[in-house]
Amino acid sequence: MCAKKVDAIVIGAGWAGSILAKELTEAGLSVVMLERGDERATAVEGDYPSSIDELRGAIRHRLFQNLSQSTVTIRNTLDQEALPYRRLAAFLPGEGVGGAGLHWSGVHFRVAPDDLALRTNVVARYGKNFIPEGMNLQDYGVTYEELEPFFDKAEKVFGTSGEPYTIKGKIAGNGNRFAPDRSDAFPLPAMGEVYSASLFRSAAANVGYHPYALPAANASAQYTNPYGVQMGPCNFCGYCSGYDCYMYSKASPNVNILPALRQDPKFTLITKAHVLKVNLDADNKKATGVSYLDLRTKKQVELDADLVIISAFQFHNVHLMLLSGIGQPYNPQQNTGTVGRNFVYQTITTSRAWLSPKQYTNLFVGAGGAGVAIDDFNSMNFDHGPLGFVGGSPVWVNQAGVKPIAAAVGGPGGKAPTWGEGYKEAMVDTYRHSLTIDAHGSNMAYRDVYLDLDPTYSNAYGQPLLRMTFNWKDNDIRMNQYVVGKIEPIIKAMGATKYSLGMLKDGEVFDTRRYQTTHLGGGAIMGTDPKTSCVNRYLQSWDVSNVFVIGASAFPQGMGYNPTGMVAALAYWAAYHIRTTYLKNPGPMVQA
Amino acid sequence: MKIPSSTRRNFTAGLLGSASFWMYGGHKVWADALQSESLQSYEPKYFNREEWLFLNAACARIFPADAHGPDAALLGAPEFIDRQMDTPYGHGELWYMSGPFKEGAPNLGYQLSLPPRDLYRQAIAAANTYVRDHHQGQTFAQLTIPEQIALLKLFEQGTMTLGAVPAHTFFEQLRQNTLEGVFSDPLYGGNKALAGWTLLGFPGARADFMDWVNQKGAPYPFGPVSISGETA
Ligand SMILES: Cc1cc2nc3c(=O)[nH]c(=O)nc-3n(C[C@H](O)[C@H](O)[C@H](O)COP(=O)(O)OP(=O)(O)OC[C@H]3O[C@@H](n4cnc5c(N)ncnc54)[C@H](O)[C@@H]3O)c2cc1C
Ligand code: SF4
Repeated sequence: MCAKKVDAIVIGAGWAGSILAKELTEAGLSVVMLERGDERATAVEGDYPSSIDELRGAIRHRLFQNLSQSTVTIRNTLDQEALPYRRLAAFLPGEGVGGAGLHWSGVHFRVAPDDLALRTNVVARYGKNFIPEGMNLQDYGVTYEELEPFFDKAEKVFGTSGEPYTIKGKIAGNGNRFAPDRSDAFPLPAMGEVYSASLFRSAAANVGYHPYALPAANASAQYTNPYGVQMGPCNFCGYCSGYDCYMYSKASPNVNILPALRQDPKFTLITKAHVLKVNLDADNKKATGVSYLDLRTKKQVELDADLVIISAFQFHNVHLMLLSGIGQPYNPQQNTGTVGRNFVYQTITTSRAWLSPKQYTNLFVGAGGAGVAIDDFNSMNFDHGPLGFVGGSPVWVNQAGVKPIAAAVGGPGGKAPTWGEGYKEAMVDTYRHSLTIDAHGSNMAYRDVYLDLDPTYSNAYGQPLLRMTFNWKDNDIRMNQYVVGKIEPIIKAMGATKYSLGMLKDGEVFDTRRYQTTHLGGGAIMGTDPKTSCVNRYLQSWDVSNVFVIGASAFPQGMGYNPTGMVAALAYWAAYHIRTTYLKNPGPMVQA
Repeated sequence: MKIPSSTRRNFTAGLLGSASFWMYGGHKVWADALQSESLQSYEPKYFNREEWLFLNAACARIFPADAHGPDAALLGAPEFIDRQMDTPYGHGELWYMSGPFKEGAPNLGYQLSLPPRDLYRQAIAAANTYVRDHHQGQTFAQLTIPEQIALLKLFEQGTMTLGAVPAHTFFEQLRQNTLEGVFSDPLYGGNKALAGWTLLGFPGARADFMDWVNQKGAPYPFGPVSISGETA
């Protein structure tokens, strides 16, 4: 087979891949982006009204990964046999151009600066012994000040709506007072607040917390981004999460980056190209390119490149590293190796408040990123000393548009029946007169929670599936219970007629059957020590220096915030250093 | 095949003279639904007669006729499920279906080798066998409504298996598909006369709430619209 050669290959056409492809073509490189899924154009299959179809969309997973070709296996503990994740439920990876960035919701955070150096901060405040046995608490190796210009850039590309607290040290708005200082305002003002969010705002303020408008990558007004592409104003249609936005109001790689990228003759996008592995030279020090399967012709293709960007989504990144032999696989018994280490997720539980029959919450009205939150119990914004756990959760009303199948299958909540007599009565009350409040929290990394290759199951191409060993741990369960306890006074201040608090139970095991979030992290984490991280602070592989691994796979532990703002900032940060340093003198940017 | 007459009688008895349904529905939904029932001549493409009778009865028990409106059978949930059986979903083409198939802890999720269409076929046959053994040769559809409810509760909570299918797995499949039929766009055969959406107050494919972001708790005033433009 005759191999073709390009300057750079980007694996995956999601947020991380699109950002890297844009930056690298701007730097003058020829770039081929390989995407295993289909081309996706909102004008074609995201149009109105045919996309306003819950069954085809969020229920039958029109835009998500088709598990029939490849999935993961899951077990809770080291001594269990992992079984395949056969039906999509707990998390919903994307597939096709745009990746999960096409069907995400749009909550667009920066980072809590304390989270970037969580180990250092916890030790400084509470001492080394505060960290529970078996918890791999680590720092990112990069500071908020270093990342700030890239958060700012990402918000301008995404057309993010929000309200600042401080800009250049001066109070500039009624935004999140726990948020770090900004160099500039949000490109768009905050989104409007639905009724339930405004009730939450006043109730949270009444009990002494500090509510703020969620930063949303849903456009509150018409907007043109720095790449010259346009967004229309969001109409709160409620079809963000799980759908493509027919109004061109939700940021996606498809709307915000690819229209500009596609114009560039140095850029080529190949769809239906499933990358099997990154090819390495004889001594595993340099990548020579990739092997991919052309799903149209069913033929394997070799493509050579000087630079390979792995940006296929968190766990696919780790899977590709393991399949390619990049770095040493993590071994939890010996505590050696790094690939697959510090696999993390996110805790999330939902509480519900019912209002009077005169108050209609119109749950179907909403936007994926819009809402009102408090950060009083996130990150290190409160004293953990007497509590004895690490981590925290933002708490919010994020009414993203509740559709009837999801509502009906989920059931009316509380003690009401989920079918039969009394079900409809309760369902009507819940759908018309209730609202939900989430505690969306951190998840720490543990020695026996990790990713590796499954010994039994394989994908449609004959490669071993990725195996997840994951369970909830006492530290995170207690964190969740504590924060949910703080929701109760808010609900009471709202004047709820009744409520139910959703929290993790003592000893609760991870349940793959219930949607939680698609905020998986770690497994190819960044850091300053090659013994405990896979990639350096520029997301460059310690082992194969012409491979960069971009995504939430770089997070050493799971944070309370949604990940994509951080993923995008890290993508721009890595790209900046590739452009300004690496390309001038290819090789390791940090000496191991 | 028509909806079994017993279901029809139950529905009519449950609704006529029920004032609160008028209040919830707010308009002539039930009359439309009744009319669509009389027009209904759906012939199942996948399910055989015995399965079809089972499905109609079970859907109506899961989502019964009451003061809030008609049951799921009348809303077309059985038709919806029958039509789903010949989609990629029904054939299991959206699921990872490679072996080995092993039982595991429930929290690790579905581990059977059966796609939905085979799951229904096996489980309904086994359920009717069970009913015949315990109810003098009758089938599920021939039982009284309280007996049907009791049996569904047994499936939901019990530890029995129906063929290779744990009864609670089958029950959850049935419950989920029934509710999908009631609440999906009528394009797929259920949600007749948009009565599912009307019940909840969901406006369907309107998908534009620019003026309704926050009306301080007032009810949304417009009824539902389907993708094809049908209104209620
Ligand atoms: C329903 C939902 C709601 C969400 N809401 C939010 C939110 O509100 N806020 C937030 O911050 N985050 C949210 N997320 C998470 C967000 O979608 C992800 O963080 C983000 O998309 C990650 O970007 P990425 O580029 O790393 O991966 P993706 O966007 O998933 O892109 C990866 C791409 O790589 C492709 N790929 C994978 N393997 C291969 C291979 N071997 N060969 C070729 N191509 C491959 C995939 O098909 C995919 O297109 C949500 C996710 C979901 C599912
Ligand atoms: S809610 Fe707004 S951003 Fe989301 S899909 Fe609808 S119009 Fe688009």
